[in-house]
Amino acid sequence: MRNDTPEMSRRVSRTGDEDEPDAPAMLTLDGVTKRYGTDTAVDNVDLTVRDGELLTLLGPSGCGKTTTLRMIAGLEMPTSGRVGVDGDCVAADGDGVPPEQRDVGMVFQEFALFPHLTVAENVGFGLDDWDDERRVQRVADLLELVGLDAFADRSPENLSGGQRQRVALARSLAPEPDVLLLDEPFANLDIRLRERMREEVRRIIKETNVTAVSVTHDQEEALSISDRVAVMNEGQVEQVGRPETVFEHPKSRFVADFLGQASFLTGQFGGDHINTGLGTLPAELLQGLTTDYDGARLDVLVRPDDLRATPCNDESRTGNGTLVGRQYTGPSFVYAVELDSGDVVHAEHNHASDLELGERVTVDLVADHTLAWYPAE
Amino acid sequence: MSREESDIATAVDGLRERVGSRYESHPVVTAAAILVAVTVISPLLWLGLRAAAVGPSEALSILTASSTMQVFTNSLALVASVTVVSVALGVPLAVLTVLTDIPFRRFWTVVLALPLVVPSYLGAFAFVSAFGPHGTLAELLSPLGVTIPTIYGFEGATLVLALFVYPYVFLTTRASLLSFDSKQLEAAQTLNHDFRSAFRRIVLPQIAPGVTAGALLVAFYALSDFGTPAIMHFDTFTRVIYVQYNNFGRGTASLLSIQLLAVTALVLFLESRFGSGTDSGYGGGVTGTDSSVTPLGWLKAPALLFCAAVVALTLVIPVAIFGMWLLRSGPGFAGGGFAFQWSFAVNSVYVAAIAAAATVLAALPIAYVSARSNSRIARLLERSTYVGYAVPGIVLALALVFLGANYLPWLYQTLPLLVFAYVVRFLPQAVGATRSSVLQVDSELLGAARTLGETPRGAFRRVTLPLIAPGLVAGAALVFLTTMKELPATLILHPTGFTTLVTYIWRVQEAGYYGRAALPALVLVAVSALSMILLLRQEGDNA
Repeated sequence: MRNDTPEMSRRVSRTGDEDEPDAPAMLTLDGVTKRYGTDTAVDNVDLTVRDGELLTLLGPSGCGKTTTLRMIAGLEMPTSGRVGVDGDCVAADGDGVPPEQRDVGMVFQEFALFPHLTVAENVGFGLDDWDDERRVQRVADLLELVGLDAFADRSPENLSGGQRQRVALARSLAPEPDVLLLDEPFANLDIRLRERMREEVRRIIKETNVTAVSVTHDQEEALSISDRVAVMNEGQVEQVGRPETVFEHPKSRFVADFLGQASFLTGQFGGDHINTGLGTLPAELLQGLTTDYDGARLDVLVRPDDLRATPCNDESRTGNGTLVGRQYTGPSFVYAVELDSGDVVHAEHNHASDLELGERVTVDLVADHTLAWYPAE
Repeated sequence: MSREESDIATAVDGLRERVGSRYESHPVVTAAAILVAVTVISPLLWLGLRAAAVGPSEALSILTASSTMQVFTNSLALVASVTVVSVALGVPLAVLTVLTDIPFRRFWTVVLALPLVVPSYLGAFAFVSAFGPHGTLAELLSPLGVTIPTIYGFEGATLVLALFVYPYVFLTTRASLLSFDSKQLEAAQTLNHDFRSAFRRIVLPQIAPGVTAGALLVAFYALSDFGTPAIMHFDTFTRVIYVQYNNFGRGTASLLSIQLLAVTALVLFLESRFGSGTDSGYGGGVTGTDSSVTPLGWLKAPALLFCAAVVALTLVIPVAIFGMWLLRSGPGFAGGGFAFQWSFAVNSVYVAAIAAAATVLAALPIAYVSARSNSRIARLLERSTYVGYAVPGIVLALALVFLGANYLPWLYQTLPLLVFAYVVRFLPQAVGATRSSVLQVDSELLGAARTLGETPRGAFRRVTLPLIAPGLVAGAALVFLTTMKELPATLILHPTGFTTLVTYIWRVQEAGYYGRAALPALVLVAVSALSMILLLRQEGDNA
């Protein structure tokens, strides 16, 4: 979406300012671009990560997030643009400092633990320059931090997935990097463990106060661990902001779609109200909508938890849609309703419900926050 | 689950067990497998009997004679030098083709492995033709008054053998590099290690088992190879055994054979301990992707030159030499009584075809039992076929000579004995190919056939056999091609008057009529290339 009105752009930039913490910048990407032949994997990305912040690059596979991470690590060199770490330029226009000379640590997707070394030797691997006493102490401290002090002499092959991940984390934190990178850190863990490790990893990162950038395609993971989220699509950053901001006020349809289930209500703006398939909504409900759009057609973002579908048992209510799908997710039901206006929306009910396919229902808006909207396509 | 359901589940489990055990074992097949195994091992017995016929005091004096000690040290020196040179060639080449961005990686990978299937005696022959005292190079240089150092002896044997067996190290090192998770190199780099240091501390320790496995294979080959030391006039076990055999020193030959077997057994024991390192090592990683390839930078040109030099020495020179002999038909190269006849090629094909059929037939029961059962006996049966692989060809040939000469004179110097030698030598190849194809047949398919009313035999004929046929054919083709180039057993056991490509090459080589050998040598190089293609395809299928 491109909003041309001055109000719109002002609002957007204000939101960005508000979200970005005040701490000094630890990592800066400035017009970073990576091309492979004619393919552009990363397209002119600007990003600033503040000291002590945990930022997540979120996007579908192939969106360029991992390439961006590898360029920060120095495992790839940008075709153009600059990467700065703690004030030093480490990559500029196709050339740069090799990974071993940047103070950047990385947790690899499959952890890449050295199988011929013990847990303690893995953690101490990056500490060659340290004197023995300090190194031993540092390794012990980190193993304690990740709760693996008892496993120092084990081989990584004898560890569980969660333990391996903690070793990988300790190993990359040991040399006290300026920036810690995490490449899909939870992708190799089973789903139960994943949720526990999210909290654990966030605790460790926050405890060491390291600046961290992680990469994931899992929106739930991104929203739950990050201070800020950068949503990427086709090599570009579409939106950067606090998880709540990005979730509730996605700047583009792509972001809206990618973060959670999104349905769109087509509507007609009529001065102080919008006519939609749910009836007439007050204009104040739509964030940043101005009279400049009078008479315009809009798409209003509604998420399943914004809507409630109720059956019309008595003759007095004729309803505004028909139930066309129901999905049981365990904790809740998600109903798909085709409105009489033609839009299909989803409504989430957190209790067992007795709606049947084909039944007439009334869908009501129950959101307690303003809604995001986009000019109709 | 209701009670009824659980009863049904128990019944199904029981049924599966019963059906399983019934179609997994056939007494007839097992008996056939045992028969093959015993027959295959028997030559060692004849060898032992012949050696025992030498009196103990005489045996002691032969074994402690200074000439024997010399042979022993010669052999070990050759093994050591060939192994060192092979590692020095194989490891860098493997690293170049796996970890770096060397141009034409795929091409180098194939051509650098190719020398493995060229019989080293052809290589030795080509090198003697090219660099020997009357060879091409000497001919070119003699008008200029330049004399070249002799190719014969220790250095020449080392060079030729290493050039043709280094691919063992190349391939095993490649295998461990490929199973090495290249993300580890990146991880080391993010932990403040440059490429050189990361290579030393991360890659080397992890590929060491693979390199060791390859080195032991090389050592084993250097120890048991007959052709190269013979052509290079270097007295190792194999050459002296042959000389003694020809001069009726059969007691000495048998004792030396047993000594050689003992050293071979030691190498193979080490191989079983440290070998298979590619499995027991740190496999299971992700195959190296292009993004993790290390750029060579200014080293690109020297690296390409290195690869090209190895290929030139191992492939281009032999083919060029043989090609040149073929085109030059001067009188100097046409020896009387040595005229090449196409019937030699026909003989080769004939005996190789019989050997291929016999070997696959013998391999089938053993492969079947070892693929379908995990019992001790099944493993023992499979192991027994390794005899053909472990016993040097010259020793096996000698053992069969003793068998024929002393016990079965009517079999001595007949085709069946020669074919039997081939079967023993190449049984491991056929068992390997057959076994892997049997393993690919899901035993549930047999269960399905049985529930559809087939007998075990019918299920084998209608389900197993059609499915393993490609594996059988591949195994047979492999045996066929290797038989075509087999040297020591052919040389010693071929019936009088039955000339094959190999015996012909050997005869003209001994007589010095190099030019005559061009055509058969080229045919054998082509055969070698074919067997390589076959091996690669088989590898591809198993992957």
